[in-house]
Amino acid sequence: MPELGRAALVVTLGLVAYAFVAGAVAAHLGRRRLAQSAQNALIAAFFTTLIASLVLVAALLRHDFSFTYVARTTSEALPTGYTISAFWGGQEGSLLLWLLILTGFGAAAVRLNRRWARDLIVWVVPVFAAVATFFAFLVVAIASPFVTQVAPPDGAGMTPSLQNPYMLAHPPLLYLGYVGLTVPFAFALGALLSGRLDERWLIATRRWTLFAWTALGIGQLLGAHWAYVEVGWGGYYAWDPVENAALMPWLAATAFLHSVMIQEKRGMLRIWNVLLVILAFSLSLFGTFLTRSGVVNSIHSFTQSAIGPWFLAFIGLTVAVSLTLVFWRLPLLRSPTKLESPISREAAFLYNNLLLLALCLAILWGVVYPMLSEAIRGEAVVLGRSYYDFFLRAFGLPLLLLMGIGPLIAWRRASLRSLATAFRWPTLVALSTGVVLLVLGAGSSTPGLVAYTFSTFVGATIVMEFARGTRARKALGAASWLGAFASLMARNRRRYGGYVVHASIVLLAIGIAGSSAFDTVAEAKLTQGESLAVGGYTLVYKSLAERQSANATEIRATLGVQRGDKELGTLEAGKNAYTIEQQVSNEVGIRSDKLTGEDLFVIAEQIDPDGSVYFRVFVKPLVNLIWLAGLVFLLGSLITLWPDRREQRRLVARSSEAGLAAAR
Amino acid sequence: MTIALLLAAALAVACVVVVALPFLSEPDPETDELDELDEDERRRLELLEERDRALSALKELEFDHRTGTITDQDYREEVGPLRREAATALQKLDRDARGQHAATPPKRGTSDESANLR
Repeated sequence: MPELGRAALVVTLGLVAYAFVAGAVAAHLGRRRLAQSAQNALIAAFFTTLIASLVLVAALLRHDFSFTYVARTTSEALPTGYTISAFWGGQEGSLLLWLLILTGFGAAAVRLNRRWARDLIVWVVPVFAAVATFFAFLVVAIASPFVTQVAPPDGAGMTPSLQNPYMLAHPPLLYLGYVGLTVPFAFALGALLSGRLDERWLIATRRWTLFAWTALGIGQLLGAHWAYVEVGWGGYYAWDPVENAALMPWLAATAFLHSVMIQEKRGMLRIWNVLLVILAFSLSLFGTFLTRSGVVNSIHSFTQSAIGPWFLAFIGLTVAVSLTLVFWRLPLLRSPTKLESPISREAAFLYNNLLLLALCLAILWGVVYPMLSEAIRGEAVVLGRSYYDFFLRAFGLPLLLLMGIGPLIAWRRASLRSLATAFRWPTLVALSTGVVLLVLGAGSSTPGLVAYTFSTFVGATIVMEFARGTRARKALGAASWLGAFASLMARNRRRYGGYVVHASIVLLAIGIAGSSAFDTVAEAKLTQGESLAVGGYTLVYKSLAERQSANATEIRATLGVQRGDKELGTLEAGKNAYTIEQQVSNEVGIRSDKLTGEDLFVIAEQIDPDGSVYFRVFVKPLVNLIWLAGLVFLLGSLITLWPDRREQRRLVARSSEAGLAAAR
Repeated sequence: MTIALLLAAALAVACVVVVALPFLSEPDPETDELDELDEDERRRLELLEERDRALSALKELEFDHRTGTITDQDYREEVGPLRREAATALQKLDRDARGQHAATPPKRGTSDESANLR
């Protein structure tokens, strides 16, 4: 039923265009029924987009190759899970998913905040609708997933590297993150347009930003794990432009989540916060542009397409309109309070913000430089890994240290004596660890050693904060230590959930330092019976086998693994030859040591007809802490995201006290 | 194809109804004005935010002091100004409420916020 899909999208375009125009007129003239009508249109647009999406999913599941999109991204032999993932595996489908999430978030944000921010919502609706109109226009006029053709006997299939379970979750999570950043942007612009620059737009969007940030973070980690196990080059992050495209808005959102606390606690950084939200949203659009325009060469990007100029124009318009509004509202945005001391919690948060932004802009420069050099000199000059690694160390290591310092300093100002008291134990623990690691040989990489030392410092401050908080709750009358801990978490979810997230960043830093600064690599061409020694392991090439799966021919080399005299079993590495797609992929062998977090990572680079195999083998210490960090990150985010009924009641009561009665 | 087109037409009609619903359900309303905060209400909202910010800062300082994150010296230096800030915010709210009482009869009961300090 391509006609139904097409019609549903045309109706969506009509609805969001109406919501934009009617919403803007209603907000400007103060018309209640028109504003309600615009809100209804935005909510209805979600359902019409849902219908279009269901039509596409049904076509994918029926292998209806009369849909050009279905024929281009799937085949009869493709397993059902991957067939569904083709919804976001191609450009047109992924844009439809963008629109679906966008209208869904818009409808939800409007409904959830209508009780206590109704006067603000009126201005938020046209902003949401404007963004949705752009995406609806793209899927109706430029990149429709409902273009039809004479059905071929079979489809072209899916790129082999995308046929991985991680691809079922990684792209949708990134979209949830990218699109989720529209919510704070729409509320920020709504607040600027209406002049209601009180705290409500911040409070209304805090959890949305946190949700988008969590989704982007988890999405990136899943992508990193996908690259690690599937792409088969021996790493998990290559500073690929499209990987960077997801990292940049995440960094901007991280800065916002910290600076928003300064505005809530001290009423400061109001201009900065609005600018950060605009930056995060613009970077999420830029990321989408990079993936879809074909301007960068990346394994993630879709092919060259016509939507690039449209995206560029929309990003330009978004930035221009947003900055004009900020400039217009500068008198209302000026903060009545000033930074009292450079040694205070708000100052630490400000340094954190500056470092995050510096890292974000350094990455942005690395991404756009090849495009600029190509446009100006006709030759794309790519900034390599060393460029990014330099800035990661220059800005990332101080950021890591600040993560431990910030929570232990008082708001407003802190005396040097209290700093000495607060940091005595964490500093002692960190320095002791650093010295021990130096003696054990970790001095081979100075950044690695510094990362470990700083991580220990932050870890010690987190443990200390939990211990002190639990002790204080126990002193206040909690029956048991466990009860005191539970009460501490329940009463201060945002603060202690934040510490759990910090703990995950510590794990991430240790994992990255271990696996990149202290890894070992060896490579050799082996015939059966020959062995290779690397990082304390000995690998013996035992046999080569070929087998047939549903959609590929799998060739696997089996290696026996030893450490010293101890047999650790076998490991398989090889290649898959995909029949329909006519492509070959590396299928790496990984042996994880659950106790030490170390991986033995084997790539069968080349398999010769005589059965000899060229192997590349890595030993990556502590790399599994990176994936553990993902779980801890999710736990911390969930604790912080958990709805707080007391806060909701307080907000409704405050709005009611001010005169915006819930019943009105 | 015919069924698809019929479904599409039904969808379009349903959407028009949903969009027109506010006008269909209230063809002749008493007022079509948006429910917005006036200048006084907006000022009061700002004062309420100021009050909540000051009280929350005070609460956090007390907690940080109790846990030992903030030393006695820092606590003593901070607690005075924060208490004054909270008291000022509550006084401003009281004055604002009294001003409103004097100007117009109250729309709903307003509590004496200074009770929060006692």
